[in-house]
Amino acid sequence: MLDISEIRQIEFDVLVIGGGGAGLCAAITATKESEKVGLICKSLLGKAHTVMAEGGMAAALGNVDKRDHWKIHFRDTMRGGKMLNVWRMAELHARHAADRVRELEQWGAVFDRTKEGLINQRNFGGHRYPRLAHVGDRTGLEMIRTLQDYGIHKDIDIHMECTALDILKDESGKVAGVVCMYRETGEFIIFKTKSLILATGGGGKAWEITSNSWEYTGDGYAMAYEAGAELMDLEFNQFHPTGMVWPPSVRGILVTEGVRGEGGILKNSEGTRFMFDYIPEKFKNETADTEEEAARWLAGDKDARRPPELLTRDVVARAINAEVKAGRGSKHGGAYLDIATRRSAEDIKKKLPSMYHQFKVLAELDITKEPMEVGPTCHYFMGGIRVEADTTMSTVDGLFACGECAAGMHGANRLGGNSLSDLLVFGNLAGMGASKYAKGLSAVPQFSDEDAKRIIRNATSILNREEGENPYLLHENLQKNMQNNVGIIRTDSELQEGIQNIENLKEKNKNVKANGSSQFNPGWHEALAMRNLLITAEAVARAAHMREESRGAHTRDDFRDESEEWYQYNIISKKAEDGNMQIIKERRKEPNPELERIANAKLEDLEAEVAEERKSSI
Amino acid sequence: MGNRKFKIYRGDNTKGELVDYNCDITEGMVVLDAMHRIQADDANDMACRWNCKAGKCGSCSVEINGRPKLACMTRMNEYSPDETIMITPLKAFPIIKDTVTDVSWNYKQNKRIKPFSPAQNKNNTEKGLVMQQVDVERTQHFRKCIECYLCQNVCHVIRDQGAQDKFVGPRFMIRLASLEMHPMDAADRIPAIKDDYGSGMCNITRCCTEVCPEDIQITDDGIIPLKERVVDRYFDPFMMLFRKIFKK
Repeated sequence: MLDISEIRQIEFDVLVIGGGGAGLCAAITATKESEKVGLICKSLLGKAHTVMAEGGMAAALGNVDKRDHWKIHFRDTMRGGKMLNVWRMAELHARHAADRVRELEQWGAVFDRTKEGLINQRNFGGHRYPRLAHVGDRTGLEMIRTLQDYGIHKDIDIHMECTALDILKDESGKVAGVVCMYRETGEFIIFKTKSLILATGGGGKAWEITSNSWEYTGDGYAMAYEAGAELMDLEFNQFHPTGMVWPPSVRGILVTEGVRGEGGILKNSEGTRFMFDYIPEKFKNETADTEEEAARWLAGDKDARRPPELLTRDVVARAINAEVKAGRGSKHGGAYLDIATRRSAEDIKKKLPSMYHQFKVLAELDITKEPMEVGPTCHYFMGGIRVEADTTMSTVDGLFACGECAAGMHGANRLGGNSLSDLLVFGNLAGMGASKYAKGLSAVPQFSDEDAKRIIRNATSILNREEGENPYLLHENLQKNMQNNVGIIRTDSELQEGIQNIENLKEKNKNVKANGSSQFNPGWHEALAMRNLLITAEAVARAAHMREESRGAHTRDDFRDESEEWYQYNIISKKAEDGNMQIIKERRKEPNPELERIANAKLEDLEAEVAEERKSSI
Repeated sequence: MGNRKFKIYRGDNTKGELVDYNCDITEGMVVLDAMHRIQADDANDMACRWNCKAGKCGSCSVEINGRPKLACMTRMNEYSPDETIMITPLKAFPIIKDTVTDVSWNYKQNKRIKPFSPAQNKNNTEKGLVMQQVDVERTQHFRKCIECYLCQNVCHVIRDQGAQDKFVGPRFMIRLASLEMHPMDAADRIPAIKDDYGSGMCNITRCCTEVCPEDIQITDDGIIPLKERVVDRYFDPFMMLFRKIFKK
């Protein structure tokens, strides 16, 4: 008989799950207000997904172009998100990002500098001005190491290689704690806490081709869902158009947009530069329609229009997908990305050093001589746990969420560079919001032993049953299903098939079996992650099926345009009374008129307004 | 590329053995791919630590045929087709299970180091710190470190002498160097570098520099300059005389 009193328990005011940028930032902030702060992470500290970010963090510092202002950053973000962003979140982000970046510098981050010695900023897709604070092409590493080195000197009780299994609540529905398991020993532990912050990232591992690591199994979505919280906008999954497709060792790993920025072109197996055939009607006026004009743009001719390879991510990803489906894919099912015939070897090595190194070591391919093979790769979840903008609290009392696992900030499509700043801004707000909530409670809410027992039994039954399904195979099947049926281009029939397959996999997963002991057992860990992946995948597929329009990253082949009607709605997923997933079409709140005005303003008008504001404040 | 032979350490710190596995290798595979294949097909419970698979996180450090490497950045075709590939855990750290080691000692060293302490002077402005690119480059070079601990693993002081209590190791010497060479850092760590972190223990064999996957010049740009700063402070004959006379 399992006796809960024999399971070790530790008590916190604020507990954070996740050791990436958002989690660390939340924990650091929480120590300012709360006495007992804890952080648990699945990997070793400093290895979380944030470490892989390259480009930079967007903030209207105005170091490179003095005209930049939070209002213009806000406008860019809303337009990038196809206006589906939660208005207040996009506002908070744009207003606070600059302060957070400067704070990171005070904590030890060493950004590249401008000539004046300030933080340098670079251009990026969708941003009006050079806006991304960066360190070469390793900004994520700089960010996580800074937070780590700073955070370990704050009073945070850090538990590494510890997996959260499920959330505990008290009778009134308040968060009371979380049941966890140390990966190293298989030992269970119960963390009791007044408030719980989820900073668990996304769920890209549900797809076959992804830029995400093993950690991205949608743990936060699933735990929040099981605890009764609402998920929102899960149909918006960003597929980056250029991930590596070959060799298998690097499948899905990103090839920076910079390759195309430097003049790289996309070709199919017939050698055709196919992007000219995929220019959408509303971009026709600003896109070159001949190779000759595209070449002039590259050479710096300001009158020439941009090459079609630099269209938005969704357009390029769809085009590559269509070429492959039409049988004109590259040898390993992608497109050829050619920079070798466009630029000198010297230029390539100077402008794209990490891409040169990445392909040289991992693909044994010299990108100064040969084309790369690239294809769309699942990259980022815009949707996630529905939170209240200012406090980041979910629809469950005491449960907070920030970073990629929270919904709303990026709407239907995220701009590059807005993720790292999102982690800092909302990590900070979560730390404050959770502390404030914890202070309002006189004691840690009491969970029921039965709930804790059930969670532990669910985990151990995977090891204890005599025989059952192989978790690795289940995962592979899920990945194939998501890749084929809930991929970058979606249709009613495929989505229905995808949902049916997920239902079948859910049945099989009830009987999943891991061999071996509980000590550092990846088979068991894989099996535990399967439930989370399946909940995530189901919410994505069902929401994608409901949203009958194409907006941002969500593309329906059977509903190819944005619809006025759907602009009014979010899609909410939650666990219904009967235990099934409920998908709700919910009307969005009316926007703040001032924010709506800024987002819809003409750029020139807004620039003039900001300049006028500056003048009068001097 | 055919079927290849592997010997992988299975066991823990008290007992274990090299177990034989076979794995079909296809073009482009790295050692970590082979480990994953073996894990999925034949050894579901084989522990192995990894994350980014692109040489950016430093999780998958192991010894391959006795050489410390990142498994994700080591291609199978680096080895001849008939060569058996032996994968063992990092030797300098206690084994948790299979190829996974307990690297917590490293986290404890980091905690001992006084963190960045920004100077409060005219270059600390409301627009941020004012520093020239040329002045931050050395610090940025050290900050490329991905904490794979391969350098710690090959450091003779740690690996062979077991003097973990006397020396923080190359990784944290460059952490110290990155702080000491930060143009806006106001803390003084030189006494601690000499007395607590053990700069004198390193005898400059450069093994750490050799294995660094980020090509950081650990010894020449990091450890040696720190040793020089210690020497300047404590062993400069003029200063020694000065201190003797003025009893400082």
